[in-house]
Amino acid sequence: MTYIAKPKLHHPGLPTNKLGFTRRDYEGRISTLCAGCGHDSISAALVQACFELDIAPHRVAKLSGIGCSSKTPDYFLGQSHGFNSVHGRMPSVLTGASMANRDLIYLGVSGDGDSASIGFGQFAHCMRRGVNMVYICENNGVYGLTKGQFSATADKGSKAKGGAVNSDSAIDLASLALLMGASFVARSFSGDKKQLVPLIKAAIAHKGSAVLDVISPCVTFNNHAGSTKSFDFVRDHNEAVNKLDFVPPEKEITVDYEPGTTEVVRQHDGSFLKLAKLHSDYDPSDRVAALTYLQERAAAGEVVTGLLYIDATAPDLHEHLGTVDAPLNRMNEKELCPGADMLETINAEYR
Amino acid sequence: MQPISAVNDFVVKFANVNGSGSASANELFARSVLRMGVPVASRNIFPSNIQGLPTWYEVRVSGDGWLGRRGGVDLMVAMNPQTWDKDLAEIDKGGYLLYDSTKPIPASRFRKDLTLLPVPLTDICNHAYSDPRQRQLFKNIIYVGVLVFALDMDLAAVKWLIAEQFESKKKLIAPNLQALDFGYDYAREHLLGICGLKVKRQDKVGDRIFIGGNDAAGLGAVYGGATVCAWYPITPSTSLAEAFTKHCKRFRVDPATKKNKFAILQAEDEIAAIGMVLGANWNGARAFTATSGPGISLMQELFGFSYYAEIPAVVFDIQRGGPSTGMPTRTQQSDLMLAAYSGHGDTKHVLLFPEDPREAFEFAAAAFDLAERLQTLVLVMMDLDIGMNDWLCKPLAWDKDRKYDRGKVMTAEELEAGKEFGRYLDVDGDAIPYRTLPGTHPTKGAYFTRGSSHDRYARYSEDGGVYVEVMQRLLQKFETAKSLVPKPVLHKAKEPAKFGAIYFGSTSAAMGEALAALDDHGLHIDALRVRAFPFSEEVVEFINAHEQIFVVEQNRDAQLQKMIVNECAIDPARFISILHYDGTPVTARFIIKAIADRVNVGKAREAAE
Repeated sequence: MTYIAKPKLHHPGLPTNKLGFTRRDYEGRISTLCAGCGHDSISAALVQACFELDIAPHRVAKLSGIGCSSKTPDYFLGQSHGFNSVHGRMPSVLTGASMANRDLIYLGVSGDGDSASIGFGQFAHCMRRGVNMVYICENNGVYGLTKGQFSATADKGSKAKGGAVNSDSAIDLASLALLMGASFVARSFSGDKKQLVPLIKAAIAHKGSAVLDVISPCVTFNNHAGSTKSFDFVRDHNEAVNKLDFVPPEKEITVDYEPGTTEVVRQHDGSFLKLAKLHSDYDPSDRVAALTYLQERAAAGEVVTGLLYIDATAPDLHEHLGTVDAPLNRMNEKELCPGADMLETINAEYR
Repeated sequence: MQPISAVNDFVVKFANVNGSGSASANELFARSVLRMGVPVASRNIFPSNIQGLPTWYEVRVSGDGWLGRRGGVDLMVAMNPQTWDKDLAEIDKGGYLLYDSTKPIPASRFRKDLTLLPVPLTDICNHAYSDPRQRQLFKNIIYVGVLVFALDMDLAAVKWLIAEQFESKKKLIAPNLQALDFGYDYAREHLLGICGLKVKRQDKVGDRIFIGGNDAAGLGAVYGGATVCAWYPITPSTSLAEAFTKHCKRFRVDPATKKNKFAILQAEDEIAAIGMVLGANWNGARAFTATSGPGISLMQELFGFSYYAEIPAVVFDIQRGGPSTGMPTRTQQSDLMLAAYSGHGDTKHVLLFPEDPREAFEFAAAAFDLAERLQTLVLVMMDLDIGMNDWLCKPLAWDKDRKYDRGKVMTAEELEAGKEFGRYLDVDGDAIPYRTLPGTHPTKGAYFTRGSSHDRYARYSEDGGVYVEVMQRLLQKFETAKSLVPKPVLHKAKEPAKFGAIYFGSTSAAMGEALAALDDHGLHIDALRVRAFPFSEEVVEFINAHEQIFVVEQNRDAQLQKMIVNECAIDPARFISILHYDGTPVTARFIIKAIADRVNVGKAREAAE
């Protein structure tokens, strides 16, 4: 872009990034969610990640469905275009947007109701296609806006605020994303910014469908004893498989890691993900092993977090479609229309 | 009973079994007649099935150039034992029957008034070919050979066509020509002078082309600059997306890089398809989907989003018989009201009604201009008859200087220069606001698109006054649309008329013929072909200028008529509904008879006879 952003008035001491933006330039409107909502922490992590990555805010498009989580794109990146679509259909709208212009960064923000129930199909299909996006599911196991019904990610046996016990099996979006072919799958916790920010940065740098299943407790309807999506429960049962460090493309890693305990992944854009292994037997490049591991730990009552799977070389949707490098959305007659003379030839073929 | 005698004015119907390879042979016959300069109208009447069920192909040979279904059959090529009795019953008195006489058929199974053209097709094939597949396929070409002789057609023209058809598979040319000769020679030896139907060389085809509507609309989308197509297979719309793919592969691949200037995606369902279309259009690409009634039902929520959040979108509805699964392989014009008011809450959408493949091409391209100009959904209302049949129509036309109308999109330069941007602000007084595309400017012009109530600056608002203001502007925008959509086409009767007739879409072909016949018999009816919704002033003026108005439609509930009553505030008593909805394309005979029944005037009766 030839347009240089004018910095907003801010505290002179506020640090700026390479584009001259402060962290505040990545903020949005004031949140209307409940005080203490996990979703606001995720918005803050998104702000932090984009600031640190030196992303021009207008080069991001944020799309969502319906629900508490889907309201959040209004609360971060105020200079980005947003699209608050209909319930469960964010993946398709985002897919179309991505087809039209491959040059933007696409953030899809959804929740467990939006992704695991009404939008279950669209969630699965956009993973299959490798749409180049960050899919953040702000997962609280509950329908907040309609006041506390179980969602499809609520664990079997977990208790609602009013005492009802969920008898349905839970859908694990991370496992599903692995099954459906997502090339980047991570799980985190809204209360763990140290883990979440680098994961978001890595997901943005990843080319392909990057899924972040973020457990985000609902302070109003799902943060009580008996809930498996409460702050206390997740803190007590959180089992991180690795500790991620995101290294931007220009800083090549040469030394600074101990072989055996650290794994380095190089992404399409040249960035590096440095994974400090917390569990020596965990291999994030093995889809089958990742699935097995998730199942095993879930059976033991643990919530596995961290970068669960990455394939840094997987082709994305545009590679599958073989589209030109330039975005399709601004092409005009010259590039697109075969013209009047050609139509004469075509007419002759139908005689 | 005198056998029918006719030159360049008769109907040949082929009764086949689905999956027997008859389609290309039947089409060869139709094209052969065209090559003799004689207009034809051909229609497939096929089952929702891949193999085994009955299928028909009807070819109307019309030297006068009438392209609707006429009704009735003069010559039946009865190749399907399952439908033998029904097929025979359908032949006009004194008509002809071409059939496979290999196995003897009891006399009781025939009609006495018919002239028989028996050909031992199976026998000929069994002698000539050992491969069962060849025996089946060439049987079709052999009966075409019989017809070529019996109808006195130009054998050389047919052979030329075969050579053209198999240009890329040259080794198929000789066996096809041989099969054609088997039929031709058999007929010359055994059926000389029996058939009173003749094709005589004319010069009535001119520069017209023979093309299907889905093919033409797919090409129109390429010409109109569509770059994104998301679709879900559904009869009878599938071949539109496939045609778009075919034309894109030919015209939109960058010769240097071999990369595509298009993105086509088969979605998981119709909801995802329209979601992708909205996402792409929001992001500034021209995007569309093609579907049919059930798909329209599923897409409604996002149609409403397009209307309210003002996102351009183009949808082709290739209508089939409803309701529910209905008749997937039959034609109707029964999605009008659904499409016009699709979605919950107060919604209205722009509809276009092409009459044939040529107009399908034209409206396909125009739909993208309209959608971007009006920032709303535009539905191109085709039907199976237009979409899946080849029609003889005027050549496709494109102005070499034509530019796309990309609508009101505010640029980075305009934003930088300080032009005020409010996503839903009516600056020009036409109720059409400006939009910005994502990624335009670092600090100006970003907005939040939502289906929830919003103010002029796209901010969330639950204020009743703010909500009403936006809803009123949307109504006003619909008024603006009236002046932008294709105008209706008026056909005046020979003499001043107190009756008027309104019709649209594929009814056009039969309608022109019916009106001409009635006119010749002294029943004068002015006619107006409506080409779009919202209805322009001309529609109201036409109705006001006539005492009574026939509205001819291919649905049960008189949907267009109800929309006119509704939108134009006209007394329903002014209208007489002429409705045809059995799933077959309406015929001129049906329209003439229905009008004659209503007016009960002797002269109309005459025409009906």
